[in-house]
Order: sequence, then structure tokens, then C-alpha cells
Amino acid sequence: MIDSLLGQAVVYLAAAMICVPLAKRLGMGSVLGYLMAGILIGPFCLGFVGQEGQDIMHFAEFGVVMMLFLIGLELEPAHFWKMRTSILGLGSLQLVLTTLALTGGLVMLGLDWRGAFAAGLALSMSSTAIVLQSLKEKGLGNSKAGSSSFAVLLFQDIAVIPILAMLPFVALQAGAGATHAPALLDGLPVWVKAGSVLFALAAVIIMGRYIVVPFLRIITKASVRELSIAAALLIVVSIAFLMKLVGLSPALGAFLAGVLLANSEFRHELESDIEPFKGLLLGLFFIAVGASINFGLLYDSPGTILSLVLAVIVLKASVLIVAGRLFRLSFDQNSIFALGLSQVGEFAFVLFAFINRLGIVGSDWTDMLMAVTAISMTMTPLLLLINERLVLSRFGTPKQVEKEADLIDTEHPVIIAGFSSFGSTLGRFLRANGVQATILDNDSDQVDLLRRMGFKVFYGDATRLDILHSAGAGSASILFIAIDSPSTVAKLVETVKKHFPKLQIMARAGNNLDAHELLDLGVNHIYRGFLDTSVRAGVDVLASLGHRRYSATRAGQNFIKYDEAAMHHLAPHRHDTSDYISNAKEQIRLQEQLLASDRASIHNLNDHAWDTLGPVTAAEESGLHQS
Amino acid sequence: MKKILILFAHPRYEKSRTNKALLGALHGQDGITVHDLYEAYPDFNIDTAREQELLQAHQIIAWHYPLFLYGAPAMVKQWMDLVLEHGWAHGAGVNTLVDKQVFATITSGGSRESYSHSGFNRHTMPELLYPLKQAAHLCRMTWLPPFVVQGTYRLTDDMLADHGDQYLQALLWLAQSPPLKSVRGHDYLNDWIAAVNRKEQP
Repeated sequence: MIDSLLGQAVVYLAAAMICVPLAKRLGMGSVLGYLMAGILIGPFCLGFVGQEGQDIMHFAEFGVVMMLFLIGLELEPAHFWKMRTSILGLGSLQLVLTTLALTGGLVMLGLDWRGAFAAGLALSMSSTAIVLQSLKEKGLGNSKAGSSSFAVLLFQDIAVIPILAMLPFVALQAGAGATHAPALLDGLPVWVKAGSVLFALAAVIIMGRYIVVPFLRIITKASVRELSIAAALLIVVSIAFLMKLVGLSPALGAFLAGVLLANSEFRHELESDIEPFKGLLLGLFFIAVGASINFGLLYDSPGTILSLVLAVIVLKASVLIVAGRLFRLSFDQNSIFALGLSQVGEFAFVLFAFINRLGIVGSDWTDMLMAVTAISMTMTPLLLLINERLVLSRFGTPKQVEKEADLIDTEHPVIIAGFSSFGSTLGRFLRANGVQATILDNDSDQVDLLRRMGFKVFYGDATRLDILHSAGAGSASILFIAIDSPSTVAKLVETVKKHFPKLQIMARAGNNLDAHELLDLGVNHIYRGFLDTSVRAGVDVLASLGHRRYSATRAGQNFIKYDEAAMHHLAPHRHDTSDYISNAKEQIRLQEQLLASDRASIHNLNDHAWDTLGPVTAAEESGLHQS
Repeated sequence: MKKILILFAHPRYEKSRTNKALLGALHGQDGITVHDLYEAYPDFNIDTAREQELLQAHQIIAWHYPLFLYGAPAMVKQWMDLVLEHGWAHGAGVNTLVDKQVFATITSGGSRESYSHSGFNRHTMPELLYPLKQAAHLCRMTWLPPFVVQGTYRLTDDMLADHGDQYLQALLWLAQSPPLKSVRGHDYLNDWIAAVNRKEQP
């Protein structure tokens, strides 16, 4: 029963349902929860899953692939450039020092230097999945430790490409040769393999640039939500497939594709389409890691395995502490950074499998090292928890008093929904004053045009909650709605008021009726697109008729002030007469009300300061002197 | 207790350390209304009726501004032109503002020594304030010496905090209706406060 696909799904999902909330409740984070679930249902505990654990692992590795695609998507070249010193400096320092130390250690344990070097490289990888997830849950993603960890992980993720390309040469020198290279490349000389790797990478780059984006444009025209999700999945799956074909890590291909698409208008759309799959599959991946821990091996030689785990963690953490010191991390941040990255990552599984296939190291070693990897991954959330509860609470610096909030607290404090001529002018003005706005529009032709003009515009339906999330509605301070369709605006306002109550809403209204509807929805910052322009035109008309320009301008200013007040004043009464049904009639009625009040008020009533008839008279002078 | 209205006018307030320190010291004080004119009227379109209501609701008025080319920023003049109307603020038989006290709070980059007959600026601060003094006289208000913070480029954070404390102290003392003779005997309100403090702590 349990062996059927549905039975399996029930086991996995139920285990996650039980363990993850429990782990969360105990303050351990979801990663540890998934790992526990995996151990629980694994062959050495309840035994619900057994041999097929490996297959599940292959399937779940897709979570890692998607995660790297998303990391790539979030990593614009500009952002990458900003982080270049920490990525290249900190990243290479960690990789080189750790590999050297681990190689030395493994040679001492009796591996030949080639095997030790290959295994050392694999063990020096840390787990992007575990670290980023754990740090994000603890709210440390934007801390110094968080960004340093991200830099190191990124360097490792990129370094896997040359490492994978290089390993066949190590194998060649080891004399073992490539015994089980991927099917397509069987029996080909090494240089062809290396060449095919480069070819595949070039293919990804070209596809990302010239095929995927136009393809997505066509898809979005169809306006079918499932289709765009399917397209996003197709991109990731096909890249993974291509990479597998040439024996490269699918995760890397996905990462590369993500980076290539980071600058495209579909970034947020792709992000929100892939996100739920990533979350689920990553959870599955953690479960699979938990289930694959070979407790049999652990049972046979607990001393060896545990001391190996300990040695690897201590070695990696020490190197990281030194590197963190060199890059001026504080004690608190450095301890989180060093312990966080001290495990061996998921890429090690890939590398060990590859190393084994190439015959560089025998399977007795790789089996043991894979067990070490899995156990070290399980240790990380525990180590971070211990560090947080016991070390930092005693020796760490107490939390500093929060500084006064800056004027601009996020990189993109403004979201503009709807980028027509109104929205684009607004965006240009803000950009000219150093305020970056995230811009959303759901007309992909329009988006394409504006992007070619150098704007940062994203394609997406702003009323969708997930799109709002990935556009940063949680951290932005203002949402400006410049969408034409009143029903879309109403939907957007409702969504935002419900899910982002802190986000201030400002909106453009096309006419008085729209403005009143916005007022009904509780939006108070309303800009009627026509008002300022009409009044400015009116001022010019007056001036052309011979009025003094300053007086006309002041009359215009007062008219706008008065008109805005009148709009707010009239809004509550607009539903009084129920017999007005058609919009046009109501619009006319509104205009009439406005006109009627115009006649009743004289805007320049208080403007007689400069009209004083004569200078102060002598009589007043003498009156003053008497007082 | 008299209520105090600070008519604050600085076109670049965000860049002014000195004025941030002075206004910061007044923050949250009962009986002191800080009215930021450039923030309220970025288009110079002053709401005369509202301003006149504010004047009537307070007994002590301060024009608080940085000295630019020996005068006030344009907003202060615009405010005076529009709000102190003939027939409301002055004119035959008009007593709207009578006996309200008024003074200027001024920040200047130049030192106090430079504002003297032998100094670089050739005129004293009270002399440069004659138009305001006379406008106050025309409106039958009582003119008081100015509160002045000078040499602002060289002031440390501690010194700025001291000036802020003094400003608050001066306003709180004025609100308690001290004998005006003692106040008017000084060139600056700063000197008056210093004298009061000397007397209290010999």
C-alpha cells in the first residue's frame, strides 16, 4: 500500500505536517523539522520509505534546482557587481583554504592526493538550501552574516562549474578513466567532454537572451495564468535536462538561466510562479536528506563517522572564522556566519556521485562521506540554535537601540502600478530625484517598449498577491496606483488594504466619479489626472486675455485647493439621490454641484493684502504714537 | 501661561543642523506651536484666514528663520504681506494684535563679533531687524530682543544641544510673563537667559 505513489505522497506530506509545525513551535526552524520528518519515515526509524529514498532524492534535487533559479533571478548584474569583493574575496578564500585543509586531512587518513583533493573540494561546499532558509527564517537575511554567507555560497555555486569540468582531468591522471560518464558522451575523448560542457553553457546563455524572453512575451499575450506557470516550469526543467545531458549540475544551469532572466521584465512573474514549487520540493529535499542518512553505517562505526563529522565541521568553521575576521565581521555576526556555513552542502552529493563514477575515489569512501554530509547538514540548524540560545545570549553584544528610521529605508520604497504616460512621468520624476520605484504593468508590449527606453519595468498583474509580494509590497512604503480600469483599481486597493495594511496607497483618478469611488474605498491621496493640467491651461488663457500672470497663477492655486476640498466634501453625499443610475448622469450631476459651489465662492476673497487702497495714513500714525 | 507660536521658515531645513537642534528641543512641549511655513505652503500660497486664526490663538509670536543676505527668507516676507493685512493687523482703530509679544529667532553663519559696527557685516543684529521691529510697532505688538545662534558652521553637537536647551528655557520663561524691563535690557534673549541662570547659580 505504502509503496504506491499516492501512499508515498501521503507519508511524505503527513510527516512534514507533523514535524515542521512541531519544530517551529520548539523554535528550531522548518529545515530541522523536515530533516526530522525524513529521519522518522526513513528506513532506520519507521521504515515507510526505503530503497526508493534515492529516487526521491533525485526528484527532490529539483527543489535545489529551482532555488538556484530563483537565486539567479534575484541576482541582477548590478547587485552582483556591488557584492563583488565579498563574493570573490571571501568566497575564494573560503574555498581555497577549506579545500587545502580538508585535502591535507584526508591524505593523512590514507587517501591518495588526487582522491583527497577531489573529496576535499566536495566537502568544502556548504548547503545553500539550508543556510539561506535558516537565515531567512531567523530574519538574518539582510544582516552582515547573511550577506557574507550569501556571497560565499554564491561563489561555491559558481565554482561547481569549473570543478565539474576539471574532475575528469583529475580522473585521467588518476589513471582510472571515465567509466560511467553520462550516456550521450560515452566513449568520447576528454576534450570533447570539456568542449560539450562549454557548448551547453553557451547554449543556456543564448537561449536565455534570445529565445526565452520573446517566447514569454508570446505566452503572456494569451493571458492564461496556468500557461505562464507551465512556461516557467518548462524553462527550468528543460535547462536541467540539457545540463544532465552533458553531465553538468542542473542547479548551475538553472542559476545561470536565472541570472540571465534577472534583468527581464518577467522577473517577478517567474519568481512568483516558481516559488511555491521551490518551497515544496525543497522541503521534500530536506526530508530525503533525512531519510538517506545511512544509520547502518553509523551503527557499524559510530566513532569514525561522528569524529569525521566533528572534524569537518570544526575545520570548516575555523576557516570561516579566520575569513570572517579578515573581512571585519563582528563577533556575533562571525559566529553565525561560521557555524551557519560549517556543514557540507547538497552539491557534495552531486560531486561525490560524479567522483565515484569517474573512479577517483572508491565507493566505500564516498558512502561514508555522503553520510558525513547528511549528518553535518542536520547539525547546522541545531548548531545555530545552540549558538543563538547559549553563546550569543551570554557573550554576544546586546542588541543596539534601534536607530531613527531613515528617510528611505528600502532600495525601492515606491511601487507604481500601471505605467502609462501618467505612471511613467511619475517614475521619471522620482528617478530624477534618486528614488527608485518598482514598476508593474500587465501590458507586455508597453513593458517591452519602456524597458528599451531604459526603465525598470516588470510584467505582472498587480492585483495578484504573489506578484505584490515579489515586487516588495511588504517592505515598500508607498504604492501608487495609476491603472485605468476602475474595477482593477478597486480590487488592488482591497488586496493591499487587507494584506499590506502599512503600505500607503496613493492613486490617480481618471475623472470625478473614479475619485469618489476611491474615496469610498478609503483612499485619501487622490490625484485627478486632469485637474492640474486644466487649471494650468486656464491660467494661460487668463494671461493671454491680459490678466497679470501672478494673479492668474494664484487664482489657479486657490481653485485647485478649493476643488480638492469640494471633492472630499461632496463625496459622502453622492449616494443620496438613488435615481441616478447611469454614470454619465452622475458625472453631470457632480459637475453641476461643483459649478454651483463655484458661483457661491470667490476664490480671491482673502487676497486683498496687496490691494490696500492707500499707505498708512497720518491719522493712524498719530493714533499709534498715543498708544 | 502664555501660548507661543513659532513661525518657522527655512527653505532647506533638512540640511540645517542648527535649526534641527533648536526645534528638536521644543518637540512635544505644551503651549508651544511650531508652524513650519515652507512645509505648509510650498507654493507660497498662504492661507491668510488660517494664519490669522493662529495669531489670535497665541500670545507670543516668534519669526524663526536663518539670516540670508541680511534678511529673512522670502516666505517670511510673503507671510507678513498677506497675513498682517491693513484693516486686520493695523489701521485706524484696529486692536487685533495689541500687546502680543513678538521677536525673531535667527541663525547665522557669521559670528556675533562680525555683526558689529567694526566687524565684517558692519551692522548689529538688532539694527538688521528694524523692519520687523517697526512692523510689530505698527501692529501695536510688543517687540522683544531676538534669540540668536551665530557661527553655526563651527558649533559642535554638544554646543547645539546647549543652544536648544537655552531656546526652550527662554520660551518657557517668557510664557510665565517675566517683567519685560529685565528682558528688554539685553541685546539678545540669549543674554537674558544667561543672566537669569547666573543669578540662580552664583
